[in-house]
Order: sequence, then structure tokens, then C-alpha cells
Amino acid sequence: MPAPALVEIRDLNFTYDKRPVLQGINMTFPKGKLVAIMGLSGCGKTTLLRHIGGALKPTRGYVKFDGQVMHELDAKGLYLMRRKMGMLFQFGALFTDMSVYDNVAFQMREHTDLSEEMIHNLVVMKLNAVGLRGAQHMMPSELSGGMARRVALARTMALDPMLVMYDEPFAGLDPISMTVIGDLIRSLNDALGATSIIVTHDIQESLKIVDYVYFMANGVIVAEGTPDELRACDTDFVRQFVHGEMDGPVPFHYPGVDYRQALNLRA
Amino acid sequence: MAVVKTISAIGHRIVDTVWRIGVAARFFFLTLLYSGNCLRRFHLVIKELFSTGVMSLIIIIVAGLFVGMVLGLQGYETLKRYGSESALGVMVALGLVRELGPVMAALLFASRAGSAMTAEIGLMKATEQISAMEMMAVNPIARIVAPRFWAGVISMPLLAALFSAVGIFGGYLVGVVQIGVDEGSFWSQMQAAVDFREDIMNGIIKSVVFGTVVTVIALFEGFDAPPTAEGVSGATTRTVVTSSLAILMLDFVLTAIMFRGA
Repeated sequence: MPAPALVEIRDLNFTYDKRPVLQGINMTFPKGKLVAIMGLSGCGKTTLLRHIGGALKPTRGYVKFDGQVMHELDAKGLYLMRRKMGMLFQFGALFTDMSVYDNVAFQMREHTDLSEEMIHNLVVMKLNAVGLRGAQHMMPSELSGGMARRVALARTMALDPMLVMYDEPFAGLDPISMTVIGDLIRSLNDALGATSIIVTHDIQESLKIVDYVYFMANGVIVAEGTPDELRACDTDFVRQFVHGEMDGPVPFHYPGVDYRQALNLRA
Repeated sequence: MAVVKTISAIGHRIVDTVWRIGVAARFFFLTLLYSGNCLRRFHLVIKELFSTGVMSLIIIIVAGLFVGMVLGLQGYETLKRYGSESALGVMVALGLVRELGPVMAALLFASRAGSAMTAEIGLMKATEQISAMEMMAVNPIARIVAPRFWAGVISMPLLAALFSAVGIFGGYLVGVVQIGVDEGSFWSQMQAAVDFREDIMNGIIKSVVFGTVVTVIALFEGFDAPPTAEGVSGATTRTVVTSSLAILMLDFVLTAIMFRGA
């Protein structure tokens, strides 16, 4: 029996400034699974995450999280739902005026009545899980890109969220940090029994860790399946994306006037 | 067609300005509405008091000292013409407490603390720290804006008072120590002429108003800044320019209300 869905997206459409950004999106994110949304920059992946987080209202359709339609919630209801979510931003988005310790402790202090002693133990456990127990007194400006991402991961997991969203978690990382972050995402998801959504275009790293993949292009889903199914898939777009081919359904040249015309040459 | 375009551009500019004032007023209202949390957890305000107030001390003290010394010199030269050098203390004190203390301290506060607030919040927005806070179900106006607002409102009158005190000391150094005005008449005439309610309270009211206006402008510009390097730099410039103009215009209005015919 398949796992029940934590997030359901049905017929989601979003138009910005008369330009359709998302069109007829249907996705299901089962509980406990790690699902990737892949596609080129500007294809609507981050917009989709913002809909799941309730930061944007759809033009048509809905996003349902834990049984609630997100865009129907008022501000208070939305904040209550967000307490069940965590989001890892592209470059960590650590609070630069707080130490690593205070960043991880932030949500515990804001949303719970735990004693400082209890918060200390929890923060040390979270930092230990990402291998940065020794860096708790450092400031974000003293961290490398990989370390900052791991601290942000510990902060995201601070209140053991039901759903964790990752926005380009591998962007700008060296190969070792990339593997570390990938392994942490998988192991923390399984250890906490959470559900994870990864928005990325780093196909090789993410196919190693995810359970299911949606491919998006120009605001629509163009392919979906398990990593093995996608590796075997022979549609032009997936092949171009998986193998990083320069030309294909996604053209190398941005649309413009005819090349001869641009050079003022006669036909 | 050029005329139509010009009129249309002016119209757009006016509509944009009115719209921005409305958004800023809503922002101010929300800041007051969400102030309860930071007033209950006052350590958040104390942390901001350090960066806005304490970090502005040096510039306020140095500027206050020099302004007071210049007042002492200029005042002595003017009063000497009428044989009233002994009133130098009154002139320095009233000039500082009523006008120069609140106005100069507010202008310095806008350039030192206001610009820093705008740049900090603008960069927090550009680096997605504000979005991250919203995703953690924490209201950024309650957590980021309100503590800074109250820190600005509290620190501004204290800085203005310090500016005036140091300025009076500067006037004393030049008038009494250097030029040789009688020390007794310098202090006693000052004590007799400066009224607590009429002069000092009005000066405090002015500095509270300036502190509120400068801090709201600085916070709004930071919160509203486009999340780019250019956007943050433009917002920082606007904070200093708008705050300075607002301080000078409000000073005229407040002076007209407080001291008309007094």
C-alpha cells in the first residue's frame, strides 16, 4: 500500500504579469519520501516551492499540505502550518548577526518555552548530526559555503519538521561538500521520518539520493519517474538534461532576430 | 506628444510618491501593532540599543564638542558688541537645547545609525534572511523591525541630551577657559534662563519625533529595498536624504508650534 500523501498539488496554475509561470501542475509527495523537482533555471521550480510554503497564491488549482489548502489559510493559520515545515535556502540564509549556536536555537526560542539548558542540549545534538558541534561559537561570516549549508540544515531541522524543502542545496559546493550535504539530506530525512522536496538542477548528485523525480520545463511537468526510470528514459528533454547536452529541445541560442540580419548581411 | 509624456511622467511620479507614503504609513502602523513581543522580551531592544545608540556615541560626542566650541566663539564675538559677554552661557545652552542638540544629533543619527539599519535590513532581504524568518513562522516586522524601531526612539533623545551637554562643555572651554568670560555668570545665567518645561522638554519632544521619523524611514527603506547591491545602495542613500529633509522640515514645524510668541 503506497504511503499517504503529505503534500498534494492539483491543477496548479500561476500567472505573473500576464506570463504563465506554472500550468496545470499535478504532483504528489508521499510521507517519508524524498522527491526532487528538476528543471532549468527559470522553469518555475522555486515558484512551486513558494506555493507549497504558502508565500504565493495560485491563479487556479491548489496546494494541500497535511490536509489543509494553503492559499485558503489566514496569516495565523499559515504561520501554524509553517511550524510543521522547514526550508533550506539556496545559500543557507543564516542570520548574519547571530552565532551558529543562536541560529540553530532561533526557532526553539521563538516557538517553544524550553529552558536554555534544554535548548543547549538540543542545539548541540543538531549540530553534532551535521558534524559541526565544534563550530557552535563561530559567526556565519567565518564559515565556508559547505559549513554554512550544514548549519542551515541543522537550523531547518531544529523543530523536527514534517516537511523539509531544499532550494538548490548543492549550488556552489565543492564535490566533497556536495556528497556530505546529499548524504545528510537522505539520512536526516530517514532518521526523522520527514518528507523532503529538493529543487535542484544537479542531476547526478540528486539521482543518488531521491526516491522520485519530476522534471519541469516552461512551467509544466515534462517527465517523472524513479531515478532508474529516468536514466532509462529516451525522451529528448530528459536525455539532454541527464547528459548535459548543449543543444536539443532546450536551444543554445536565446530567441532573437535572424543572425544574418543582426550582422547587416544581405540574404 | 512631448508635453503629454511629461505630464504623464509627473503624474506617475506623484502617484508613486503618494503610494509609497501610504505603504510607509502602513508599515509604521504594523510596527506599532507587532511591538508587544519585543517589549516583553526587552533584551531584543537592548541588543539594538547597543548598535544604534552606543555605537553612535563617538560621533555625537566629538560633533557636540566642536559645535559647542564654535557656538562659544561666535557667541562671544556677537555678544561682545553689546557688552553682554556674561550671557554667553545662556546663548550656548538655549541654542543647543532648543535647536542644535536635537537637530544635529538627529542628522548625525540618520547618517550613522539610520544608514546602517537600512543597509543591514536590505542585505538581510537580499540574502533571503527575511524570507527564511517568514518560513520559520516568525513575523519579521515583530522580530527584526520592532526592536530596532524602539531602540531608535529610545536612543535618539539620550543622544541629543548628550550632544547638548557636551556642546555646553565645549562652549565653556572656549568661553570661560580660553577667552576668560566670568565662570560664575556663565553658569548662573544659564541656570536662571533655561526653563525645564519650555526649553528642555520641548527639546526632548523634538528629539523623540526626529528619532521616530528617522528610524521609520531607515527601516522602511531597508525593508522595501530591491534585493540587489544597487537596490540596497539606493535605499541607503534615500534614507540619509529623506531623513535629513524630514528633520529640517519637521524642526521648522515643531519650532513654530512650540516657541511662537514665547
